[in-house]
Amino acid sequence: MPCRAIHISGTHPMRVTLFVPCFIDSLYPNVGMSMVRVLEHLGHSVEFPEEQTCCGQPPFNSGYWDEARAVASKQLDVFKNAEIILSGSGSCGAMFKVFYPELFHGHDREAEAKALSAKTWEFSEFLVNKLGVKDVGARFDGKATFHDGCHGLRELGTKHAPRELLSHVKGLELVEMSEAETCCGFGGTFAVKYPQISTAMAEVKCNSICETKADFVISNDSSCLMQIGGWLDRNIGSVKCLHLAEVLASR
Amino acid sequence: MTTLAEPPRHQFQLDANRTAADGDRRAAVRKALHNYSSARDKTGATFNDWKSARNAASAIKHEAVNHLDRYLEEFESKFTARGGKVFWASDSKQARDYIIDLAKRKSVRAIVKSKAMTGEEIHLNQALLEEGFGVVESDLGEYIQQLKGEAPYHFVFPCMHLRRDEISDLFHKELGTAKTDSPEELTMIARRVLRRAYIDADMGISGGNFIVAETGMISITENEGNARLTVGLPKIHVALIGIEKVVPRLADLALFLPMLATAGTGQHMTGYNSMYGGPRQPGELDGPEEFHVILLDNHRTRLLADPEQRDALHCIRCGACLNVCPIFKNIGGHAYGTTYQGPIGSVITPHFRGLEDWKHLSGASSLCGACTETCPVGIDIHHHLLHNRRNAAAQKPAKGEQLLWKAFAFLMQRPALYRLASRFAPLGSLLHPLVSGSPLDPVRSWTSTREFPHAPMRSFRDQFREHQAAKKGVASSGTQQGAKR
Amino acid sequence: MNANSGDRNAVLGRIREALREEAPLKHPAERSAGGAPTTAHFREWLPPVGSRIDERLELFTRLSQTLRSELTLCENIAAAAAAVTELAAQENWKTIALHKSDLLDGLRCLLPASLNLLTVDEGYDKDALEACDAGITQCELLVAQTGSVCVTSSNDGGRVLSVLPPHHIVVARRSQLVSDLTEAYASLASKYRGTYPSMISFITGPSRTGDIERILVLGAHGPKRLSILLLP
Repeated sequence: MPCRAIHISGTHPMRVTLFVPCFIDSLYPNVGMSMVRVLEHLGHSVEFPEEQTCCGQPPFNSGYWDEARAVASKQLDVFKNAEIILSGSGSCGAMFKVFYPELFHGHDREAEAKALSAKTWEFSEFLVNKLGVKDVGARFDGKATFHDGCHGLRELGTKHAPRELLSHVKGLELVEMSEAETCCGFGGTFAVKYPQISTAMAEVKCNSICETKADFVISNDSSCLMQIGGWLDRNIGSVKCLHLAEVLASR
Repeated sequence: MTTLAEPPRHQFQLDANRTAADGDRRAAVRKALHNYSSARDKTGATFNDWKSARNAASAIKHEAVNHLDRYLEEFESKFTARGGKVFWASDSKQARDYIIDLAKRKSVRAIVKSKAMTGEEIHLNQALLEEGFGVVESDLGEYIQQLKGEAPYHFVFPCMHLRRDEISDLFHKELGTAKTDSPEELTMIARRVLRRAYIDADMGISGGNFIVAETGMISITENEGNARLTVGLPKIHVALIGIEKVVPRLADLALFLPMLATAGTGQHMTGYNSMYGGPRQPGELDGPEEFHVILLDNHRTRLLADPEQRDALHCIRCGACLNVCPIFKNIGGHAYGTTYQGPIGSVITPHFRGLEDWKHLSGASSLCGACTETCPVGIDIHHHLLHNRRNAAAQKPAKGEQLLWKAFAFLMQRPALYRLASRFAPLGSLLHPLVSGSPLDPVRSWTSTREFPHAPMRSFRDQFREHQAAKKGVASSGTQQGAKR
Repeated sequence: MNANSGDRNAVLGRIREALREEAPLKHPAERSAGGAPTTAHFREWLPPVGSRIDERLELFTRLSQTLRSELTLCENIAAAAAAVTELAAQENWKTIALHKSDLLDGLRCLLPASLNLLTVDEGYDKDALEACDAGITQCELLVAQTGSVCVTSSNDGGRVLSVLPPHHIVVARRSQLVSDLTEAYASLASKYRGTYPSMISFITGPSRTGDIERILVLGAHGPKRLSILLLP
């Protein structure tokens, strides 16, 4: 049931365009829907251009920049008229925001890439720093720890915004793990090109998660959660992964 | 020196996977680095402004590296004016030959060496031994590695991977000393042995952390005092230093010495920071009669010629990027098969030893960026790994992989086709348990160690469309206020 | 290739060729006019040191403790000699090495006659110096910011006296305590006017290593103990 729009933040209603990366679309649709619910709850309109596909990060990170540019070019078309672009994955957000300008440096569409970069926000940063929202009125009962996705943390500088939002979620107890900023070992194609190294990294991460005795691990990056969840489900079973948006959409 | 039985790429896979599966070794490495981060953070916090200090260090190295010719010539003229000798070596062989020739001409019998990664780089010890010169490493960690017949594990902490019982066994076997589990006693064993080495040596060899152009000096940073003794006691000294180590002014060290200490070990200042401006001067009571500095290129100019990655030559070899690197912590130093391990090694080795053979190091990274974040001179380390990947693909694309990405790009530029393809995700999910983990599993390298998520029947696209339709329904059956634009 | 300077022209040629294209400055520094910042500004970013002498002394004292240097404030040279005599008795010293200087000459004549003295100024036997129980030197400077003792080869007994014997004793005056490394370098520059000693060494605590399991051990190769006797 759609929420009745209540206008919590002091800003005027915005038209927000979602970038829902390919794997969230297929594997984690609830993450996207949760973002929709939170944004509509705050009184903003959400749109999702159906023509979007992938940000192009897989070929980009593999060194095939021509192919990446071809894919990225498509997204420049798709998001041309967006005012605000929100990504549910810090990693794909970083691709838009940080790497598109580099990918298109010296190419025809450099100016468009820079413009796209300027409009792109990570979900929690948008809520806290653009909208000035700290409390989205969520309730979630449980003990959780937060994983900082590397791209969100180091490319986009997101550290405090998700914690700020989570600190206002009723019923939620947030405990920090010692390795919060340590990479989970996903790294895109790295996870399948070097599975043993990637898995050793996941083990370090998950041991740190388990040390907190949390029931949930929350992150703002679904790709990390795929890795963390993949290891936890195989080896532990009891700790559940949730995207920040899913927690914020809980009532 | 690691002998490579396999091509570097295969050897890397073997060694990396072995350590990744070795919980004990990984625990030893993690234990050794356990206090590093907190010590570094604590010391860093005593700075008035670490970030500005870092920007300043970066700008000074930028100035030095981008005017390298001028500063090296300035160094040379000042250093030779004080009686020092400067030798410019294009490659390893020239540097080795110079040292061997010098040792022969001066009838050198014994050589003591303080830590020099450039020595590892040019395989100096092996060459000296082949010519019949005894050479003893004096840095404790390097001495242990030399006894063990292994390359350093980490270019700042050479034997960090070894436990005390392993070192005790090594000393027992090689030196005949009683076994002990006391790091102090082990250190004292080495102290006793090496004291003789300093006194008996007639040639000392060292590296150098900085070349000071303004005053014609080299600066050596160490904790143990072994470099002080190595440069002080033998009658001939040779310092082997990479050409990029320049700082313009002596007083620049006021910034670099505390930063090197903080980033390297979490100390606020390393035990001994010594600047040497040539051999014993008139009126001085001791010191070497001859002081040679070898300025080593050995393909550094290749890296210099790449403006995009030139800042990798700002590196002061503090090792901080290794200490924070989750890859390093899980595969260890030897897996790299390089003189310079860890993230910075993965950036520079392809320039020094060839991109085709060493590109895999740039691939073996999750690009988490912890290295770049910690680098005290602001090198864009993890982005350079990306640049190496791009350069490697452009130079010699892997045919299969290129085809894969071309197909990927083809699909991703055609939303209708992409949507059609993604329709099969739930079906794939449904069928996947039949092959999961078997050789037929297309995502086997994932599922061999991790669960693969299950794709729900309705994608986000489907759900959002329904959501919009429901909203529209509510709107039109509600107030009838047409909100169409 | 030139026999004396090696491949000088080739290396310099490659450097100049490589530098034809400029590299971007990624982290522009504060306090700089486009290029590198001036050294006088470093102290704005480095760990702070108070401007007053008592603040400097307090910091130096605190850092000495952390570093396990043994700092003793001595009222006069006689008190310093008494401190050395006490250490000699405690550790059963037989021979100590030192160098000639106005400051140490004053100390020397107050030491007990039972202590053998090796003076290094006219040259020394390496084995004899190695066998000494302690080495006494003066210093150029003390640095509050880092807790360091600065010695040079021309002023403080050469290159080895401060590092070969197992115990290094430094005799210094309070006026030698400078604020930070920037001031230390400025002071050395004005004293030596371009003709520096062949070695300048900042000694920060006794010799140490962490090479075995990163556990701190003192006296790796240099002195196990560093005593600083500070005169007014």
